[in-house]
Amino acid sequence: MDIIRLIIVAVGGQGNLLASKVLAEAALISDIPVRMSEIHGMAQRGGVVESAVVFGDAKSNIISDGDADVLVGFEPSETLRAINKCNQNTVVVTNISPLPPFTVMIGKGVYPDLAQLQKLIQAKTAKLIAFDALALAKKAGNVMSLNMVLLGALLQTGTLPLSGACVKEAIRETTKASFQEINLAAFDLGFAAAQNA
Amino acid sequence: MHKLLTEHPGQKMMLLGNEAIARGAMEAGVALAATYPGTPSSEISLNLFQIAQESDLYFEYSINEKVALEVTAASANAGVRSLCIMKHVGMNVAADALMTLAYVGVNGGLVIISADDPFMFSSQNEQDNRYYGKLSGLPIVEPSSVEEAKDMVPYAFDLSEKLKEPVILRTTTRINHSSGIVTLGKIAQRITTGDFKKDPFNYVTVPAVSRKLHVKLLQNIEKAAAISDQSPYNFTRGKGRWGIICNGVSFNYASDAVMDLNIADKTKILRIGFSHPMPSAMIKAFLKDCEKVLIIEEGEPYMEEAVKAMAQEEKLTLSIRGKGKDLFSRLFEFNPADVRKCIADYFGVNFSAKAKPDLSDVPEIPARPPNLCAGCSHRATFYAVRKAAEGQDTIYPTDIGCYTLGFLPPLSMGDFLICMGSSIGTSCGFSKATKQKVISYIGDSTFFHSGIPGLVNAVFNNHNFTLVILDNGTTAMTGHQPHPGVDMSQMNMDGFQQVSIENIVRAVGVKHVTVIRPYQVKKSIGAIKAALDYQGVSVVISKEGCVLHLKSLKKAVGKPFYVSDKCKNHRNCINDLACPAFYIDEDRVKINPDQCVGCAVCAQICPENAILPLKRSKA
Ligand code: SF4
Ligand code: SF4
Repeated sequence: MDIIRLIIVAVGGQGNLLASKVLAEAALISDIPVRMSEIHGMAQRGGVVESAVVFGDAKSNIISDGDADVLVGFEPSETLRAINKCNQNTVVVTNISPLPPFTVMIGKGVYPDLAQLQKLIQAKTAKLIAFDALALAKKAGNVMSLNMVLLGALLQTGTLPLSGACVKEAIRETTKASFQEINLAAFDLGFAAAQNA
Repeated sequence: MHKLLTEHPGQKMMLLGNEAIARGAMEAGVALAATYPGTPSSEISLNLFQIAQESDLYFEYSINEKVALEVTAASANAGVRSLCIMKHVGMNVAADALMTLAYVGVNGGLVIISADDPFMFSSQNEQDNRYYGKLSGLPIVEPSSVEEAKDMVPYAFDLSEKLKEPVILRTTTRINHSSGIVTLGKIAQRITTGDFKKDPFNYVTVPAVSRKLHVKLLQNIEKAAAISDQSPYNFTRGKGRWGIICNGVSFNYASDAVMDLNIADKTKILRIGFSHPMPSAMIKAFLKDCEKVLIIEEGEPYMEEAVKAMAQEEKLTLSIRGKGKDLFSRLFEFNPADVRKCIADYFGVNFSAKAKPDLSDVPEIPARPPNLCAGCSHRATFYAVRKAAEGQDTIYPTDIGCYTLGFLPPLSMGDFLICMGSSIGTSCGFSKATKQKVISYIGDSTFFHSGIPGLVNAVFNNHNFTLVILDNGTTAMTGHQPHPGVDMSQMNMDGFQQVSIENIVRAVGVKHVTVIRPYQVKKSIGAIKAALDYQGVSVVISKEGCVLHLKSLKKAVGKPFYVSDKCKNHRNCINDLACPAFYIDEDRVKINPDQCVGCAVCAQICPENAILPLKRSKA
């Protein structure tokens, strides 16, 4: 099968690692070879978290610059920071609700302009799906389900060798029972948002 | 039940590399494990710690790696399969015990895990611990994948028992923090009690005994070399006259590159998974039918040196290259694209990489440095020390833990750091060699790990500095593991004592000891000033729980604070304290109530008394 390389970037605490775990679980259910690796970067203390998921018969589990087929960003400036992983055929899915770093919050740094940020990504990649995933997570019932919203949007792009049904099954298996309804609703909202984007 | 105790041989499970290693330990029948926490090895221990609460596995967080190795050396010599887990730099601490343990050997299996960290994702250096195998004479095995990491644990135990030597299982971060699909094997019966048979003439390493034991070690290395030559973990893939020799994750990058470059019919790969002693017969045979050979290994040219020496022994003159300006670096991690490029260059294969996007028009994206948590007690202590030391010429030796982050501005509390416990030892040196006031920091876990000997030294030699012990009741940096100062009943665990840092400090002979609560700013500043005025060794123990830990125990979080209109916008709070709960909105300082834990430190430093607790009605 074709090798698909996915990069997910986020700020610590946004649920990136759980999202990649769900995808890996879904691959396991669908009998698709999968490998993952993570960089925590002191995630607990506000650093960047990056995970790489490689589907198919590759042995490497990290993704070199220019080699990502799909990039999912949980935070817009982090999506832009990871643009070096992309090429002209990459599909990018990003949340556009910013989480400015502390340096910006206290006026010692400039957060990139959101409109320009999207234009830049669009110009350098094949397709950009950008929407306010945080708002949809709130709508689903919990800001913490942001990761599931983005998974929904990712699945809608059809870039992964996984079905939506199978990812939902993985969500049921991997996430806490008390959050399952919210998580599944969040997934659907993200899926629909990507359709309309 | 813990998922790693699942009894379904043949079942597939998605596991983190570190979980796979812990599972491998279960499948090997490990009955005793000891560690000091260190990333990237931490999750191995975390899982065993949890498993120990549900089974008859004995697990302990030891005070440091040397002690952990001593604990496991003893149990293995009583015949109990034992596992000792550490990060690469931990091996330096354990090295004293390691070198002689190699002479003594073991009866039951002992596997020592060394988790190396190329690129230093969370470490102070990127030393290549394969040299510890060479230095001590112990066998090393190195996995290339998560699945293999699991399988290598039982293999290493069998090997250890066959050779009667400890075996080093060396991983890198890219194995520890990768996930992959693992096929479960059988969990072995644990044999938890052994029997130590006295034999002082083989165990007590006085010179006459050691002279004999060194001979035995050399014989064991020879046996190990023969096994290495037959090991299923050293294997060749493909055929052709272009040779690649690789280990660990490099095997993955090399395999993918050979496919991408379409040179599978010309290339054969020798993967070394048993890397000390190197499989010399296998390597010599491999070299003989190669035209040229490329060695791909992260870190130091460990295999390259060995392979070149073997070629010399065989009088082979083919080109063998690895590290070099035009080839692989001794720095950092490799990545698939660079490995592919080096292979293409070395063997003269045409290859054009995918066009990378032009990034020249991307604006500078603000950095996102890690930060002490909102309300972290370390920030409060740093603030108080800064105020107390105002106007003095100071040096701040620091140590390893969350508080290391205090070296960043605006706190700027950290001037020198080399290893665990070094803050105290280097303070002794700075205080003798300079006229500056020395104020050093050490965390509670680090104090137990290796701070105590430095403090004894300081008292005995009459040094002159102030040591601030940041006691937040846990090992915060690596994920809140316990240490001897922790009240374990808080975690609902019995069967532990609690060791008082204050009593140790006094017992060592420190005359000036104060305990402060860093959230009480004025009082703390006063107490620190008094400590700084003291001639000799003074110790300030700053006691306040780690907020992140308290939050997870559901014990923290007071009422959030807010900035009222009394604020005159001079911003001392942001400029001196920089709690990440602050932000600036329309040029005014605000506090994010979702982040603020209500420590009230900012309220105490605001000269206008403008920061107040948020009343419910305001929320
Ligand atoms: S984890 Fe604890 S000790 Fe570390 S920065 Fe956060 S509050 Fe401070
Ligand atoms: S009270 Fe002040 S210093 Fe403490 S957490 Fe809240 S904003 Fe930060």
